This record gives sequence, structure tokens and C-alpha cells, in this order.
Amino acid sequence: MSKISLKVNGASHSVDVDPTTPLLYVLRNDLDLHGPRFGCGLGQCGACTVIINGAAVRSCVLPVSAVRSEITTLEGLSKGGTLDPVQQAWIQEQVPQCGFCQNGQILTAKVLLDKNPNPTDEQIRKGMAGALCRCMTYYKIQAAVKVAAQLKKSATGVGA
Amino acid sequence: MRMFDAVPKQVEEELSRRGFLHLAGMFVVSVASTQAQNAGPYPDPNYRQLDSWIVIHEDSTATFYVGKTDLGQGTGTAFRQMMADELDVAFEKTKIIMGSTDVTVDQGGSGGSDAIQVDGWPMRRVAAEARRVLLEMAGQRLGVGVDQLVVSNAVVSVKGEPGKRVSYGELIGGKKFNVALSGNDVNGTTGLAKVKAVQDLKIVGQSPQRYDIPPKVDGTLKWAVDVKLPGMVHARNVKPPVAGAKLVSIDEASVKGLPGFVRVVSKGNYVAVVCEREEQAINAARKLKVNWEKPAEAPFPASEDLFTYMRAAKPMSERKTPVVGNPEAAFASAAKVIEADYDIPFQGHTSFAPAHAMADPSNGQMTIYTNDMKSYGMRLGVAKFLGIPKEQVRVIWMDGPQGYGRTAADDAGFEAAYLAKELGRPVRVQWMRDEEQAWDTKGPAFTCKLRGGLDASGNMIAFDYDSQCCNYGHVGYNEPDTVLIAQLMGVRKNPPNAGGGATPDDMYAIPNRRMSSKVVRLPLIHETPLRTGNLRDPNGPQVTFASESFMDEMALAAKADPVEFRLKLFAGSTKDDSGFKRARSIAVVKAAAEAYGWKPRSSPQRQAKGDILSGRGFAYSFRSQTVVANAVDVEVNRKTGQVWVKRIVVAQDCGLVINPEGVKGTIIGGTLHALSRTLYEEMTFDTEKVLDRDWVNHPTLTHMDSPEKIDIVLVNGDPNPQRPDLPHYGAGETVCKPILAAVANAIFDATGVRLRRLPFKKARVLAALNAVG
Repeated sequence: MSKISLKVNGASHSVDVDPTTPLLYVLRNDLDLHGPRFGCGLGQCGACTVIINGAAVRSCVLPVSAVRSEITTLEGLSKGGTLDPVQQAWIQEQVPQCGFCQNGQILTAKVLLDKNPNPTDEQIRKGMAGALCRCMTYYKIQAAVKVAAQLKKSATGVGA
Repeated sequence: MRMFDAVPKQVEEELSRRGFLHLAGMFVVSVASTQAQNAGPYPDPNYRQLDSWIVIHEDSTATFYVGKTDLGQGTGTAFRQMMADELDVAFEKTKIIMGSTDVTVDQGGSGGSDAIQVDGWPMRRVAAEARRVLLEMAGQRLGVGVDQLVVSNAVVSVKGEPGKRVSYGELIGGKKFNVALSGNDVNGTTGLAKVKAVQDLKIVGQSPQRYDIPPKVDGTLKWAVDVKLPGMVHARNVKPPVAGAKLVSIDEASVKGLPGFVRVVSKGNYVAVVCEREEQAINAARKLKVNWEKPAEAPFPASEDLFTYMRAAKPMSERKTPVVGNPEAAFASAAKVIEADYDIPFQGHTSFAPAHAMADPSNGQMTIYTNDMKSYGMRLGVAKFLGIPKEQVRVIWMDGPQGYGRTAADDAGFEAAYLAKELGRPVRVQWMRDEEQAWDTKGPAFTCKLRGGLDASGNMIAFDYDSQCCNYGHVGYNEPDTVLIAQLMGVRKNPPNAGGGATPDDMYAIPNRRMSSKVVRLPLIHETPLRTGNLRDPNGPQVTFASESFMDEMALAAKADPVEFRLKLFAGSTKDDSGFKRARSIAVVKAAAEAYGWKPRSSPQRQAKGDILSGRGFAYSFRSQTVVANAVDVEVNRKTGQVWVKRIVVAQDCGLVINPEGVKGTIIGGTLHALSRTLYEEMTFDTEKVLDRDWVNHPTLTHMDSPEKIDIVLVNGDPNPQRPDLPHYGAGETVCKPILAAVANAIFDATGVRLRRLPFKKARVLAALNAVG
């Protein structure tokens, strides 16, 4: 066990765990952040996604001791009580079925749109490809990503 | 670690109803007597009491208690719409509590796509009864007859005198109805009131947003995986490395010194490792040294030999439908006879996240937190398995990853309960990904032989369907003698479940027809990863793949357009054949063809040069009372074998639609799930174990496969579409049936190659294309 400091969603934490512990278990079990979830433990499905340095990262295969920068989880996406445009679009388009994968879908879409505010259909497919869904909400997700892009523009006053 | 302070909403609601205080994030009990109630035992809620179903609060809001679970199709929202409509309370002034065995009546949880079709009726009737009782109370309060009253948004007023009014909250808020209901079973529950005519329903038919979506999107929902309790420990199973292996010995020293180690629990061939922390349990389960002995006989053939094995296997049972006409004479007289075999492999539920459950043995009771869709069955099954009265078991249903059917969620619930009882502490169990892919229950493999006869004019005069289905030893839901932990402990159901075959569901008027389905078995039927269990319309996708592919083969032989060929076969009577299914089949097939813009021609079409070949396909089926047809466009890359289903048209008649947007979401999900089974999913195994145990080696549909366009047409094909008693049917599983054949038919249209073996993986498609040059 060793003391490890983490900054998550703006708050600092210190945990005493085996440094090889995947970040996922620390977030869920020590910090009670349940947005990231276990899907495969292999980095293949996206359920455990968090954002670190603007990238969508699979927390199930990332040792907690390897984290150097601030972590954003699904719980940290809203700003001042307002949901992120991606979350708003997800509700507007009624995307989820069971919803278990949607943490990975939402955070992957957020990173995609932060990097590319106007993705083409093909860029959305490729950008989202690694986030799996067994309820097969892909069709609704791809529509919602476009809605989110529009919401984001109107929120920032760009291209209005 | 913060404990389980954000409890599932149903528990929170019920506790406040019983006088608990929710204080500082933990439950504090106001008086000792209510503590005893929450601590158990947990008698069955009485479905013959109105108070078991509906609570009206002082602010005139209502909470509904129903014995169903919502797998993400929005049935909870639909139930609220139906009940709010009958009760005359605004949708947004209602809440719903679902599937917790101690507070909601036993409606069986989910299954069979019957939530709206069957369970919606008692819900409507009890809400109508509550409205009737409230009107009577209001009449007495206001001093007028009930016929002088009107109701709007939970306020009763005297006709023409809107000042004379009383709200539901003022009439009964916070108090009990104490009204008895009748009914021989929960489905028959009724009061004295009649439900409203369809024309009087205002909330039904609208699309209010699903209440469960915002908390799923903002991260506030508490899932079954999130449950934490004081003193809890984590468990992971250690499965036999090969099917049918016997445990010889466990070297407990291999894990004893590991951090957080609590205990190895084993009985028979069941082994689990328990640790204080989750990652410790995962680590210890991987490191535990177990000595297993392989079985003398191979438990099953390798997957590449499965269909040869199944065709030769001796049937354990046979199911026949009544023979129509004289098939043998018709075949003998036919101008043309076509015959084809279709093979469908074992497919897994392979839920997005593995099976899990938390069990709490506090107070001498057993509480299980689970996403299992049949919480009531789990309660009874666990009680029997542990040998304790059912009143000591409570199962609290919470949201979770869906696998659509009898998944390993059943098994995990029993495992958690067993381990919690053994350790005397709350135990959280979760399977690992490889365990889920390998050991979750499977949809049965089928091999189908179809034969059809045409007369000289191209009319289909004879049809013969014969299938062998590998389904012997099929596990039921939450059965204490077939759940995996019981099997591994040596429990044997005697005789094993027979399993069921299946025959096509269509309304074609073929004058001579014979259909038979036989169940065959693998050598090993216990403790096997190839145990079968219901998977989203358990046999429909397999059978309909065969039958609707074959209808296109018949249309080809008749040189007919596939849609026109089908419509011609609907030429029989359209009188009420239980729900006007032929009339509605005609309406649905025509609606799909029209929405697609289907122009009659025969297949395959002539192709231009190039790597991408385009084609269109059609298929139709029904399940119970719901009718579905698909028209699809595909693109086949002849260089790689990759298939992309570019456009899907779905026409569906599920009777009265409660929430159109909700139904559309259900249709998209079910259709694409079946598309995943069409293109990717199959269990691969050698003669002792499942081989492909992750998402790379056992792929599923991804964003890359999503169609460019999905068009959905909701059809009301009832001959009297305005009838006031138009029934509402289940929308859940029917869409899983036709897409497989629609895609196969489209691939044939594009390439001239008929694929008769699922799934249409790239390599398989390419090999088929190359085989014909």
C-alpha cells in the first residue's frame, strides 16, 4: 500500500492503496465516483472512461500511481449546475436504453467535440468506434453528437 | 469509504412512507417498531389491496407500485402514463416504484415482452378503481352525486360549479384507501371501475421523456453495481478451466498471504475467493492454485463441427404443429421443389458488464441488490437454495447492464446470497469479462431444413420445416436446481429441463404445411458453459432467419418479387384469427414496402463493376400479437467481405402505442441487437472450453456498423382502428426476428450468393463470394 494523491473534478484526495490498483477501483470504491463503471477490465469497451489531459482514458487498465494530471469523471462534467451540451443532447435525443455504457459514450463524445467541434458523420463513427453499447444505441448517439455540436456552438456564441 | 447513503429510489420512498427519517446521508429510524419492519421479515405485498399499488400524497401527487422491472426500454415511463391517465393525475405528478419484492406486488418482473400487453391491464384497472373511490369520496364531501362530478389533474369539481372542488390530496393524502380488489391472480386484479375508452386517454399516446434518462446521463443514478454496505467484502469466482472438470484440491496457501485476503469458499466444484477490496479479490482469484481433473469424455464437439453433430444427434423430444392439408401429396404434385438448410450457432447474452449482485445477511434475513429482471423469482429461488423461508428474503431491483433474457445475473444473485450466508457479512460478487463471455447462458444453436413446393403458376402449395435445436438442459429463471452455483455444487434437476424447439411464426396461407422442431443434446448438460437460457426472443431470430430466407428462395424459384410473393400468400381469410393477425400482417408488410419505396423486381439485381455491391432485402414475422416487417439496403464489399446495412425500414403493429418515442427507441435497440447477431455473434469453442472471451475476439456491433438511416413506421392495422378497446401489445422482442433474413436476402440481391449460416462475418462472406467466383 502507498499514499497516492489524486485531483478529481476539482477536489484533491489522498488514498492509501496498492499503487498497481487500476484507477477505476479507486474512483468507484474509495472516492465514491460511480460514473466510471466496470465493463471488461481490458480497455476494450469504454464503460470506465474518464478524461485526463483532454483525452478519453480507460481507467480499468490505468494504474492509479501512473496518473499525474487532474481527472474528470461523468459527475464532474456539469458546470455550475448546468449539464454539458453533450449531456443535454443525450436527454433531448433520449439516447440511453439500459444506460450502463453511456458514461463512456458521453465522455468520448465530449472529447471528440472538444477536439473537433464540427465532426462529419464519418468522423463521428470513427471517433466513437471504441465505445461499445450492447443495447445498440449507436444510431441515437450519432444523432445526439450532432445535436451536442449545435448546442455547444450556441452556448459559446460561435456560429450562431 | 462512504456507505450506501444514496439508496435506490424505491427503498428511499418506501422507508419514508413507513416513517423513516432520511438524515445526514444515512438512514435513521424514527421509532423502534418501524425498524423491526424494515429489518424483516418481508411478507408478500397483497395484490388484492388497492394500497399495494397506489399511494396518494397530501400534495395530490401519486406513487405507483408495480411488480415489473425496466430494462431500459422505458416501460416504467409507459406504466406511469397508463396509470396517470386512468387516475386523472398529470404525468409529472406521479412516481413509480418497481420490482422490489417487499414493497411491490409480484408481477413477475420482466420477460416475454408482456409488460404493456399483460401487466399494463391490472395497472390500468387499479388506477381506474382509485379514481372511482376518490370520486365517491368527493361526492360525499361535496354533497352531490358522482355523476355530477368532473376530474382534472387530481382535482374533483362539481359540473358547472368549478368553485366547488376538492383535491385528491385533501380527500386521502397520506392515508390508506383500505379498498379490497378482486382477481384470481395478479394479472386479473380489478376493482369495480372500468378502464377508459382509448378515445378518452390523454397521456397515453404522448411521448413524455423517460424519467430514468437524466440520472443515467448526469451520473446520479445508483446502479446495482454501486451498492455499498458497512462491513462488506468482495468476491470473485474461480471457474473450472474446462467444462465438466472436477475439483481435486485447492492450495489455499497460494493466496493466504495476499493483502486483504479473507477466505476461500468452496463446495463441490464451486470456488470463490473473498477479499476486503475489489482489486484484491480479482488478484487473489487469478492467483489461487486449484487442481482440476478433466472429464473422461469430451463435453461437446468443437464449434466448427457443431452442425454436423447436431444433424446426426438423436432427438430428445419433438414438437409438431398441426399438419395442414396433405404435404406429401402436394410435394409429389409440385412443379418445382426447393430445399435448403440453415445453420445458426450458439450466441451469448454477453451483457455489456458482467453479472453482479450484493447480498446482505443482516438481521437474520437476506437482502439481495440486483439488476436481475426477475426479482420475484430470485427471491423464491434463493429462499429454496438457502433453505430459509421466503419471508426472510427480499430482492431489491436496481438498474444494470442489460443482456436481455436469462443472463448470469440470476447466477450472481445466488452466489452473493450463498457467500453472504457463509461469511455472515455483506458480499458483493461480480464476474469478470472472460467469465461472462464463456459461462453466461447461451441462445440455442439451430439447424433447420426447409422444403417448399411451387405449382406450375409459381404458387407456393407446400411447406415443410424441420429443425434440430441444441437446447436440452435449458436453464430456467432463478431455479434453485439449475443456477450455475447449484450445478457446480452437484445439484441435479431430475429430469433436466427438456428445452423447447420452435417453428416459424407467419400468417402465410400455404395450403399444405408440416412443421416440426426437435431438441437435441450435447454430451455434457450440467456445469457447462454451453448451457442455454432465454436470449431476447429465445428462438425467434434463429427460426425466422431460416424461414424468411427461405421465402426469398421460393420467390426466386417462382421468379417473383419477394414482397409480392409474400402478399400473395396472405390471400387467406382476414377474419379475426385472434387479434386480426393476418389483416395486420398485410398492413405491416405493405407499410414497410411503401416506406422503403419498394418497386417490384426479382433478385439478384445486375451489378455495376466496383468493390461495393448494393442490394435490398425484405422479411416479416410476428411474435405473440405484434407484427413486424423489415426492408433493408446493404452494401457488400466484395474485396473484404464486409457487410454494411445502410438503411433499415421497420414497420411494426403493436396495437395501441403508449409512448411513440419510447417504442421507437425499443425498436431501434432490438433491431440493431439482432443485427449484431446477424453480422458478428457466435460462440466459438474447442472440445472442452469456450475460446473467444473478450470483445476483440468475440466482436459485437459497433458505431462503425450503425445504419445511415432507420425509418420506423408504427402501424395500426386493426380492421377497426378506432375501436375504444384497442389492445396494447408488447413491443420488445418481435423486432429481433426479421432483420437476420432481411440482411441475408439483401446480400443475395447484391451478390447472387445465398448465405445460410450465421453470422455473416467478413471472412465467411468473402469465402462464399470467392466460392462462386
